[in-house]
Amino acid sequence: MLLRVLRKLQLLIWRGRFQRELGEEMAFHREQVEAEFRAGGMSPEQARRLARRQFGNDLQLQEQTQDVVAFRLEGMLQDLRFAVRQLRKNPAFAGTAVLVLALGMAASVAIFAFVDAALLQPLPYHNPSRLVVAYETTTSCRDCSFSYPDYLDFKKTNTSFSSFEAWDASVYLWRGPEGVQAVRSAHVSGGFFRSLGVTAMLGRGFTDSDDMPAAPRTVVLTFGTWQSRFGGRPDILGQSLILDNLPYSVIGVLPREFHFAMRAAEFFTTIHDLNHCQQSRGCQVLEGFGRLRDGVSLDAAMAEMKTIAARLEKEYPESNKGRSARLVPLRDAIVGDIRPTLLVLSSGAGLLLLIAYVNVASLLLVRAESRKRETVLRGVLGASLGRLIRQFVTEGVLLVTVAAAFAIPAASAAIPWLFSLIPERRLRGMPYFRDAGLHPHVLLFAAVISLLAVVVFSVTPVLRLSLSSLRADLAEGGRGSAGTLWKRFGSNLVAAELAIAMVLLASAGLLGKSLYRMFHVDLNFNPANLATLEVDVQGAGYEKSDQLRMLSQRLLEHISAMPGVVSVAHTSDLPITCNCSSTEFRVLGHPWYGEHDKVLQRQTSANYFKALQARLIAGRFYTEADDSSKPRVAVVNRALAKLYFPGEDPVGRTIGDAELSPKSLAQVIGVVDDVREGDLVEPLVPALYYSFNQETEGTLFLVVRTEQDTALMRPSLVRAIHQVDPNLGVRNEFVMADRINDSPAAFLNRSSAWLVGGFAASALLLGAIGLYGVVAYSVSQRTREIGVRMALGAQRGAVYRLILGQAGSVAAVGIVVGLGCAVPAAALLRGLLFGVQSWDAPTLIGVALALGICALVASYLPARRAASVDPVEALRAE
Amino acid sequence: MGKKPELLPGTLDLMILKTLSRGSMHGYGMAASIKRVSGDVLTVEEGSLYPALQRLLLQGWVKAAWKLTETKRRARYYTLTREGRKQLGEEISQYESMIAAIGRVLQDV
Repeated sequence: MLLRVLRKLQLLIWRGRFQRELGEEMAFHREQVEAEFRAGGMSPEQARRLARRQFGNDLQLQEQTQDVVAFRLEGMLQDLRFAVRQLRKNPAFAGTAVLVLALGMAASVAIFAFVDAALLQPLPYHNPSRLVVAYETTTSCRDCSFSYPDYLDFKKTNTSFSSFEAWDASVYLWRGPEGVQAVRSAHVSGGFFRSLGVTAMLGRGFTDSDDMPAAPRTVVLTFGTWQSRFGGRPDILGQSLILDNLPYSVIGVLPREFHFAMRAAEFFTTIHDLNHCQQSRGCQVLEGFGRLRDGVSLDAAMAEMKTIAARLEKEYPESNKGRSARLVPLRDAIVGDIRPTLLVLSSGAGLLLLIAYVNVASLLLVRAESRKRETVLRGVLGASLGRLIRQFVTEGVLLVTVAAAFAIPAASAAIPWLFSLIPERRLRGMPYFRDAGLHPHVLLFAAVISLLAVVVFSVTPVLRLSLSSLRADLAEGGRGSAGTLWKRFGSNLVAAELAIAMVLLASAGLLGKSLYRMFHVDLNFNPANLATLEVDVQGAGYEKSDQLRMLSQRLLEHISAMPGVVSVAHTSDLPITCNCSSTEFRVLGHPWYGEHDKVLQRQTSANYFKALQARLIAGRFYTEADDSSKPRVAVVNRALAKLYFPGEDPVGRTIGDAELSPKSLAQVIGVVDDVREGDLVEPLVPALYYSFNQETEGTLFLVVRTEQDTALMRPSLVRAIHQVDPNLGVRNEFVMADRINDSPAAFLNRSSAWLVGGFAASALLLGAIGLYGVVAYSVSQRTREIGVRMALGAQRGAVYRLILGQAGSVAAVGIVVGLGCAVPAAALLRGLLFGVQSWDAPTLIGVALALGICALVASYLPARRAASVDPVEALRAE
Repeated sequence: MGKKPELLPGTLDLMILKTLSRGSMHGYGMAASIKRVSGDVLTVEEGSLYPALQRLLLQGWVKAAWKLTETKRRARYYTLTREGRKQLGEEISQYESMIAAIGRVLQDV
């Protein structure tokens, strides 16, 4: 075998000599045959002719002989050189094909990089597929937290998990070199890191003994925090950090690749000592997760958890009534929100790629048609079918390789760009996207779509070859009417392109409309020039209500005196956050059957509604005068008034907690329009507003209305708060308009709308180019026919009708098929759509019209050319 | 014009090796020899002969050298190698068992 390869190599090197010798050998042979014929009594002329005929085609013979010894590679190089020549000869075709293909491939690869990062890249834990998140569930809350005692019971009694751990999100006020800062943190149980299978890069992670109330306070840092807050100093271990006024010593730094998507914590501490709430079974604050034992299925574990929950329910009915448990694979819990968006985006990119394939394939078909003569000639000159196919495959490979050479760098540039579109706030919950890039999976994907492209592009011209006989082509001589095959096949391809474009356009239209709806929901307050900040009072010595009220007063006075500030107020939860923080409530004097009516509860400063510019519907807002010395008052929103006081004036009525305990009673003094507390897509729900001075709690979100650009005011606002008290933590500084723009629903909808819109625009362009190409080609092939028609008296209008009619029927088929596919395709979007149905008729009709107009323009240009054919010229050209 | 009788498929290598076993020969010589010995029944097409020779060269069953003919013309002479001789033996026995098998099938009918 080796010997053969060596001989082949030798022949390759001395190829010239090989050919010379072969030529000489054959010439000798022919002479001998000639001599033989002459000896048989033929004339020299006749002998030469006969000998040559017997010998056949010299060149073909040489080629065959050479094929035996040549490497495949050599033939391929020949083909490649020819393919390059072919493409360079026709730069418009090559350029369009490469561009279209590169566009489709780059979009798909870039999107796939994100799919890979979210769904395929392993989470940075040991054997992450065995990790599951545990939730307590009730009828009103599917994915809820555990109480600490419940967590311990689940941990002790289960047999399904090799470890069961808990954590909860917290915020520490860290006294750093730049003053007190609020830092995202998490309390975790001792086995947290061990259970994830994460070992510290420096020092160590926690052990169970670190999670004892008596253990020294310790903290573990993430790699990013160690780098950004501590300059990556190597002596970090053993350093003491002041968190909430208590010293914690640093015992470890987590590896760089570690992330915990459910909580973007910078500091990890143990649960350590429990506060009063945490010790009770009715206080659900912990999130649980566990590692399944080998061989235990998710379902089996879930069944066991439900059994345990049922036992706890029986044992502790007052706290655990109606509580069950639910398990979700960790990956699903992490990517649950983003999965539908990714699905939509990858479908969009996939459709664009498909359109690109179809577009290039139809270009190749046109070219195969116009290269008919060349193909026929080569066939007649002795090229075997296999050889011709090989040539097409080589051209396909070349085309795709060049396109990929553009697409891969384009995708690699698009990935960071797409990444930069994700707002920082959203990114915290999706840390895995930081790893999006051209990883092996992505490159494999690129290779697969390239291979697919090669198959499509080689098969298309070959299909054309096998469907038509060489002889017929030769007779036609590459002229005459447009091949019927092309007409049928090519226009089908274009109809398919238009149908796909229709699906993409419809999806983009629906997403756009949904986005519009979302940004035009009634906020019932004015979001313009509104800054929001959270003031964290923890550890700053404001334990008593009096102290908090004093702080509130000083903050409001100090900030409202700042230049550029119109008004300032504070609340316990900001608008556009969540329909959370609710309380049970009951109306005095209304019949009560033991139901638990839950409404949102907010404590706000007196001027809150004025600062928000919320509308008063009835009664009055509370004022500074409604302080702790006065009877308790409350403002209800319109939804509450409508639901609980139908046909009744709520103003003047008395409300209280479920027990109507005397301390809880308050008089309703006003009705305010429904200030949107939840995310844009969440419904407006009943809400109850209390005066901060009467219902004092330590959560202060400031809302500051400014005269000018709010973002510029932020640093001075933070400074002003620190002037009031340097120990106050400040976080969650936002501009309300950004908050609305970046709200989870808006972010998901907007990113899909933009990207799908981009795909749709590209698809529309490609579809129009495709249609233009088909019609233009058909016109160029039918010039003579049109000339004859016109010579026989056809009017220009008739020619227009002829061409536009043909194009119109293709476009109509595409649009109708596209409409048919768009409705089921939009069902995929349902999770993302807000306020618009997937079969929204105005969108579908509008999109169909837009596509129809584009199709008309694309076919009008060639139709005009057809109509301006000079019959004399057209006929003379023949 | 009648169809020329063709070689049994796969027997061209055998023919060449056998012919060369009688001594070195050039391409035309081989074609002429096969034709003559077979009593004008078998014709070796030039189109098959030269590719086949290259194949045999690659396998190392024959070797080639340029020599002068009796008429003082340069011609490439092919000679059987030792492996070629061994291969010839194998091909002959394969051929014979094949013919015997075909014979049995035909008799049976």
